[in-house]
Amino acid sequence: MSAELVNVTIDGMTLAVPKGTSIIEAAKQAGILVPHYCYHPSLPSPAVCRMCLVEVEKAPKLVPACVTTVTEGQVVHTDSEPARRARTGVLEFLLINHPLDCPICDQAGECELQDYVFQEGQAATRYSDYAKRYNPVEDFGPDVLYVANRCILCTRCVRFMEDVAQAPVLNVSERGDRAYIGIDEGQLLDHPWAGNVVDLCPVGSLISKDFLHKARAWDLDKTASVCTGCSQGCNITIDTRDNTVVRLRPRPNLEVNRHFICDTGRMNYRWMNRGDRLEAPLVRESGKLTATDWDQALERLGALVGKGGNTVLLASAGASLESLGMVRQMLAGTRLTATVQIPTGAAEEPLQGIKGLALRRERAPNGEGARLLGYDTDWGAAVKAASSADLVVLLDVNLTDAEARLVGGAAMVVVLGTIQSQEVPNAALVLPVTNVAEENGAFVNRDQRVQRYQQARTGPGMARPAWWVAAAVGSSGPATASQAFELVCSSIPALAGLSYGDLGLLGRVGPRHALAPLGA
Amino acid sequence: MGYPHPSHQKEHPVLSRHFGDAGARTFDGWVKRGGYEGLKKALGLTRDQVIDEIKASGLRGRGGAGFPTGMKWSFMPREVTKPHYLVCNADESEPGTFKDREIIRWTPHQLIEGCAIAAHAIGAERIYIYIRGEFTAEHKVLVAAVEDAYRNNALGTNVFGSGRRIDVVVHRGAGAYICGEETAMMNSLEGKRGNPRIKPPFPAAAGLWACPTTINNVETLAAAGPIMIRGAEWYKGLCLSSPKSTGTKLFSVCGHVQRPGNYEVVMGTPMRDLIFEMCGGMRPGRSLKAVIPGGSSVPIMTAAEIEDCPMDYEGIVARGSMLGSGGMIVMDDSTDIVYQVMRLARFYAHESCAQCTQCREGTAWTTKILERILAGNGKPEDIGLLLDLADNMTGKTICVLSDSCAAPVVSAIKKFRGEFEAYLSRARRPAMVSV
Repeated sequence: MSAELVNVTIDGMTLAVPKGTSIIEAAKQAGILVPHYCYHPSLPSPAVCRMCLVEVEKAPKLVPACVTTVTEGQVVHTDSEPARRARTGVLEFLLINHPLDCPICDQAGECELQDYVFQEGQAATRYSDYAKRYNPVEDFGPDVLYVANRCILCTRCVRFMEDVAQAPVLNVSERGDRAYIGIDEGQLLDHPWAGNVVDLCPVGSLISKDFLHKARAWDLDKTASVCTGCSQGCNITIDTRDNTVVRLRPRPNLEVNRHFICDTGRMNYRWMNRGDRLEAPLVRESGKLTATDWDQALERLGALVGKGGNTVLLASAGASLESLGMVRQMLAGTRLTATVQIPTGAAEEPLQGIKGLALRRERAPNGEGARLLGYDTDWGAAVKAASSADLVVLLDVNLTDAEARLVGGAAMVVVLGTIQSQEVPNAALVLPVTNVAEENGAFVNRDQRVQRYQQARTGPGMARPAWWVAAAVGSSGPATASQAFELVCSSIPALAGLSYGDLGLLGRVGPRHALAPLGA
Repeated sequence: MGYPHPSHQKEHPVLSRHFGDAGARTFDGWVKRGGYEGLKKALGLTRDQVIDEIKASGLRGRGGAGFPTGMKWSFMPREVTKPHYLVCNADESEPGTFKDREIIRWTPHQLIEGCAIAAHAIGAERIYIYIRGEFTAEHKVLVAAVEDAYRNNALGTNVFGSGRRIDVVVHRGAGAYICGEETAMMNSLEGKRGNPRIKPPFPAAAGLWACPTTINNVETLAAAGPIMIRGAEWYKGLCLSSPKSTGTKLFSVCGHVQRPGNYEVVMGTPMRDLIFEMCGGMRPGRSLKAVIPGGSSVPIMTAAEIEDCPMDYEGIVARGSMLGSGGMIVMDDSTDIVYQVMRLARFYAHESCAQCTQCREGTAWTTKILERILAGNGKPEDIGLLLDLADNMTGKTICVLSDSCAAPVVSAIKKFRGEFEAYLSRARRPAMVSV
């Protein structure tokens, strides 16, 4: 897009937008949402729903705001009588064959058809005496059901599969009012990124089997977070219902994941609700782990750390920058080897149509953060070194039995863990820490983009963020995640001086490249 | 000539001169009848000279829109940086229209010659003739003629020794009316679903395979040969009324006339002459009730409106309808207008591509209401509802299929409201609506 600006007046507000901007996007900048269905900022526009028709002075007809670009001096009325009438007409046409089964529809409450009909639709139907079009529900693939009766044929799903996933298995079948979304003969909607069609669908036509009947939209609390599935760092929203995570959805970030996440990331949430959590600090008293309070546990931890000696820190790359930094800092007085565990997947799963977006081989969100903090990545060597260390600290890692046996050789083991199975047989101290859904923190993605995530649910029992535990050992440690973040960043040249305020909800662009713009 | 009838004295056969004459189908036969002289002449001229000649003749698009042909050709870029294409729209599917079919059936070389002239004028090397799938016999004739033309260097790498390369690909449609819309046709040619595209970009900028493309109707292209041979002045002189409508036009007359068929007349010929003289008027004891003058998509005209109507673009527009494709549907006083409108609406509902909401849902809903009225189940508010839906369906969609469904409904209600009201008040017996 060129830097040249054109002046346009939308509903009485004059603003300058880059040449080539569509009316619909220009209107957004003026704070006006032009109702639309087929248009989506990350998909090509077919201008078929005809919902975004607006009046442009001197134009002979209403124009679709999604494909009409602004011109100098253009005067647009999005809410004039003709524009409103056209929208009301479209809504009426969309509803005549719509089942209005909102009470049993997963989309209710977050449905664009419902929203716009409430906004400016007609209260009563004029389509009387006729049965509505009926087509049976179709199973499209691993997670997607197609409820044809609710479909408004906006074709976002078809275009996503064709132009973005570049695996064109969906189509518009039949013609006229018999049309429906079809799936190619013998095909399944099983592309690694196919789940996005559920989010793209403006109505309850494409729905997730995983989320089916789990919650009403208005029961959900939404929290900005970052996906922990890989090093891409896709922005997500964690939807919780009554303190339970029930769904992950992409949160738009044009520089990281646009409007999409992969299915691996989407389904990567059940562990956040695990019941077998560590809930209280445990100390070993006469050979047995016994529950205690944080004061005693921290005193014990301080004593162990204070001894110095050969120390091995084994940490998860899913831990926050704050935790990785503060725990490392807690052990600064020892002869420390700090190593991070980075799981890898079989292969990258790119989203073909968007360069720079893929499910990465590195299947953890904060490997880059750990590297910036000086963590080593030779896991095998570290576990071996642990067997003869004076002190081993485990930060939310899952060890194999063989690894646990090696670690058992150390003189003293401290576990900062989330789940009970992370205990090791001879641990002197087991401290319950929160997981990503239960704390505030930040990750650094593969492009060194620093991104915040926020607490979506309360942690179990006495669990605390790991950074808090480490900070509490000293006397003057940070008291909030934000202070911990600033303290940790001050020790990393690339991130020096950063604060949560700098990050916002979209993160701070790392020194490395960001996602290529759409169409690049 | 008014094939299958002998030519009427008021006709002016140019394109239809050899209708019914199977000898004109071969290359040799066509040459013997003066064919390919137009192409040879055009090849000796520059692109601009050919375009200027066509512009001067006043030839306008015969597919329905009536856009000046020379001007359309002149939109094609001068510099050929990408391949240029000519697409010949032979997907004649407009209800009531059957003129292109006769041109292809009897004088395929007339079409090929016109196509080649146009290709030369727009800098195209490849021509796609998109022929309606149901035209099986015509397809055979056309393919045979194309092969014949290749054998005789009227097509190929060096057309008539001029050094120009012109290829023709004949592509068969699969039965969708919407593929006759030019941008849907391009999608169809590209192997995609035949959905109309958003304009802009216009075909001359980015058409077939995103390359500069011109799309012309069969009858338009067929006229290029005679214009090149006899000159723009001659063609321009064929004009009886508005100077903006020149040349001859084929009218396909069907319905309640004694001699339905194709009639080629000079632009501006009175519609009365065509219906009552050339076509022999109504059946005995019947009187004219209404005419749909330009294919099913245009507003209906009453008998009074056609009284002094000259058949050219301006004359019919002045009387509230359009010349369209020249497919004339004549209805006498035995016609049930409500039923006819329902049949048209049902056609559009069946053929809607389903892209735009108003068209997909509106055409089907309109049909249902009309069916309800005919079945004797109409409601007092149905006329208002039909008009309101028609308003929502007009001027709001990508192509004009939706408008084409609305136009006959609105004009029929306006001009024959009493017939609708007769059903609504139960004054008229319910009609059969299943067929």
